[in-house]
Amino acid sequence: MATGGVEVPRLAGGPAGWLSVIIPAVLFAWFAQFLPAVADGQTPLIGIDWVPSLDIRLEMLLDGLSLTFALLITGIGTLVTLYSTKYLGHHPEYPRFVLYLMVFMVGMLGLVLADNLIALFVFWEVTTISSYLLIGFTSDSAKSRRSALQALLLTGTGGLALLAGMIMLGSAAGTFSLMEIRGMGDAIRDHEYYIPILILFLAGAFTKSAQFPFHFWLPNAMAAPTPVSAYLHSATMVKGGVYLMARMNPTLGGTEPWFWALVIAGGFTTVFASVLAIRQTDIKQVLAYTTLMALGALTLFIGAGSSDAIKAAMLFLVVHSLYKAALFLMIGIVDHETGTREVADLRGLARKMPITFLAGALAAISMAGIPPFFGFIGKEFLYKAGLEADVAGLWITGCIFAASVLMFMAAGISVARPFLGRVPERFADVHEGPTPMWIGPFLLGALSLFFGIYSDIPEFWLVGPATDAVYGSDVSVDLYLFREVNDAFILSMITFAVGFVLYLGHARIRNALGRIITANPIKFDPGWDRTLDGLKVLAGWQTNLLQSGILQRYIFIIFATLAIGVGVTIYLQDALNFRIDIAAELDGLLFKHWAILTFITAGAILTALTGSRMVAIVALGVVGIGVALLFIIFSAPDVAITQLLVETLVVVLVAVAMLKLPHLGVRTDEANRPVHAMLSIAVGVITTLVLVAVLQSDLDLRLTEYFGETSWSEAFGRNIVNVILVDFRALDTFGEIAVVVVAALSAYALLRGTRYGSIRDEGEEK
Amino acid sequence: MVNSVILNAATRLLVAILLLFSVYMLLRGHNLPGGGFIGGLIGSTGFILYAIAQGAEATRDALRAEPQNIAMIGLGIALASGVYAVFFGDAFFTGQWWFIGDRESGDYIPISSVLFFDIGVYLVVFGSILTLVLALEEEV
Repeated sequence: MATGGVEVPRLAGGPAGWLSVIIPAVLFAWFAQFLPAVADGQTPLIGIDWVPSLDIRLEMLLDGLSLTFALLITGIGTLVTLYSTKYLGHHPEYPRFVLYLMVFMVGMLGLVLADNLIALFVFWEVTTISSYLLIGFTSDSAKSRRSALQALLLTGTGGLALLAGMIMLGSAAGTFSLMEIRGMGDAIRDHEYYIPILILFLAGAFTKSAQFPFHFWLPNAMAAPTPVSAYLHSATMVKGGVYLMARMNPTLGGTEPWFWALVIAGGFTTVFASVLAIRQTDIKQVLAYTTLMALGALTLFIGAGSSDAIKAAMLFLVVHSLYKAALFLMIGIVDHETGTREVADLRGLARKMPITFLAGALAAISMAGIPPFFGFIGKEFLYKAGLEADVAGLWITGCIFAASVLMFMAAGISVARPFLGRVPERFADVHEGPTPMWIGPFLLGALSLFFGIYSDIPEFWLVGPATDAVYGSDVSVDLYLFREVNDAFILSMITFAVGFVLYLGHARIRNALGRIITANPIKFDPGWDRTLDGLKVLAGWQTNLLQSGILQRYIFIIFATLAIGVGVTIYLQDALNFRIDIAAELDGLLFKHWAILTFITAGAILTALTGSRMVAIVALGVVGIGVALLFIIFSAPDVAITQLLVETLVVVLVAVAMLKLPHLGVRTDEANRPVHAMLSIAVGVITTLVLVAVLQSDLDLRLTEYFGETSWSEAFGRNIVNVILVDFRALDTFGEIAVVVVAALSAYALLRGTRYGSIRDEGEEK
Repeated sequence: MVNSVILNAATRLLVAILLLFSVYMLLRGHNLPGGGFIGGLIGSTGFILYAIAQGAEATRDALRAEPQNIAMIGLGIALASGVYAVFFGDAFFTGQWWFIGDRESGDYIPISSVLFFDIGVYLVVFGSILTLVLALEEEV
């Protein structure tokens, strides 16, 4: 903590702090300018060619769905970063935190804006990795690290499945552009790849959005600092899977497998999660499980697929983001000021923290679905869509009814309990949180009320365009608070009555639930640990089996594989089906050729026969230099220079490393030498045969000609090799030098790691 | 580290020549044999020679920057030279050229993003090899 007399009202956290607030605020304003065009039904497409030769463009697709998401990401992002300046501003690692948060925001924006499937995947992974870093932000806690790893492994595995699905979808559709794929729904649904594509996409979406049975990482992710929970694990990232399902609805949706997969998984998740929510005693955990409930509901209604259901899902998406972010931020303030989040401890904070209470109350009333709040409209439309569904209407309505009742209870547990009643003595000195912290929840809570009363605003700008984008054609969206006493309205009233009664008895219900859950033998979290342990045992077993640690054996295996693989291929392909006149070929050799040949052969024989490592490595260097001379003769000076330099460096490197190795002394592997000799001869003969075979066919010189012609006219260079490396094929070179750096850093870490070996033991104890 | 008077004396001269030569190879690379990769290799040879003569610690002092940082900076320069083209509406890694001077008479200096890419390659190769060699030297 900073020490100082008078507290000046300023943003804590230094430049990292105010930058982190300004960036999302500016982006929010920038995205807001597209509202009129999108509400008008246009889809602005902004992009640049990235790798035109591979048809990869970096393109932003702004339709109702992506714009709604973009505004939520940047809007809530601004409030959350403002909040973090106070919540974490004095943390020594605060700039690192801001960096991760910004990386996440860019990734999330990219995810919802990308038009190209591959780009979408890259951004998807960016959010996974930044989520990992943020969950594990307090890296000295073993629990944080475990939760972070769990989230990474689960969502990362889903991400891999998604990549496979995207490649299949791309090859089925013949394009990776979402804009184009959207119009091909019928062709793709009839395609033979449809079922595999669907399974792979849903694996990605369900892990990301924590649908049952992949739900357990999300409550564990609450080990992250509270602003992260509010932002990533409630309002934005976990909705990435929902976004994907919504985005894919016009392409993959509308079939039986899609319907049942989403409706069953979503419905089950929503009920299951809301039951677990009221069981928790930590309010942050209550909110975590209600987030699961919301994700389940969104999946359920996207699966249901009717225009009413999509409308309800898009409406609930906005409703939930507003109130849930507010509630998370609220409990963060309470935690910040009182040091606890336990339901049992917190009482009567309303008098001590009136603004936080007001903000929390606004959000909680919206969550409970009480009129005239936005949450009420959301619930009404969910009911209406469920009641009017053609298929599985009872299941959908039942699930959402049960969840809404429990949501009412959860709202009571997370706000009414801690704020109402008498103040216990231990909270006598508690005071209101700082302004930057309560602004966010207060604004979001107030919006929940404002959007409820003026429901035509979100209808026109957000929900309407988003519904059109997801449904694939125009849907009339008309949000209202109350129009007539219909089934949905009656169901709402029953919800309140049942919810209220249950809330009064929630302590008893929690205990009963606790007993049932303890008795249940299927536990996901311990199951996860066992799976991981099993994987480690398997990895250990196969490492011991394959990795003997004896370099000689590795090299033997590598060359044996090479010899057998190439040899068998030559035989099967009948590649030696030619005759060459050896005598004529030998006649063509000049003196210089013979000289180099002798030079190389002498080096090779010396390498094989010597008993000293040093002599062997120098002799091998002689072979390399001989090869470099060959390059010079056949006018490839660039390659020759490189070869010479690399040979020199290898000799130096190996010589230095050799100082550490024991002397060869008496050979212990004398018995293996005949085998090694045979293998060497086999590899040599097979390589020679391959080269001779290659030379028999005519060389295709089109590429050489192309580069020869264009290297000066287009790239202003006369050295073709260099022009190819740094201009025509610069992307490849870039990949190669990245590999060089990674290899160097890894080797450095390995060499240095042995020195600090004791660090690992200390870390494990914590 | 080798205690040899001849090597020590020769190294002082050779390091300077090798470094100068490595930059020469880098710059001529676009039209004549050479380029960033070869230049980086030659440049690193200079410092390896220095490390053999004077020891790893003295080499680190002479380098002033950590070799792994040099490699990372090189990677950054190469990336930046590729991204640069994007701001001009071209595809990633499209070469951008500026001809300083009079092109008509042939009296000009060509500068390009491609050159910066090659400088990045040079620094990557240079930094990576020295990272390895110095770590190995210190390990022994």
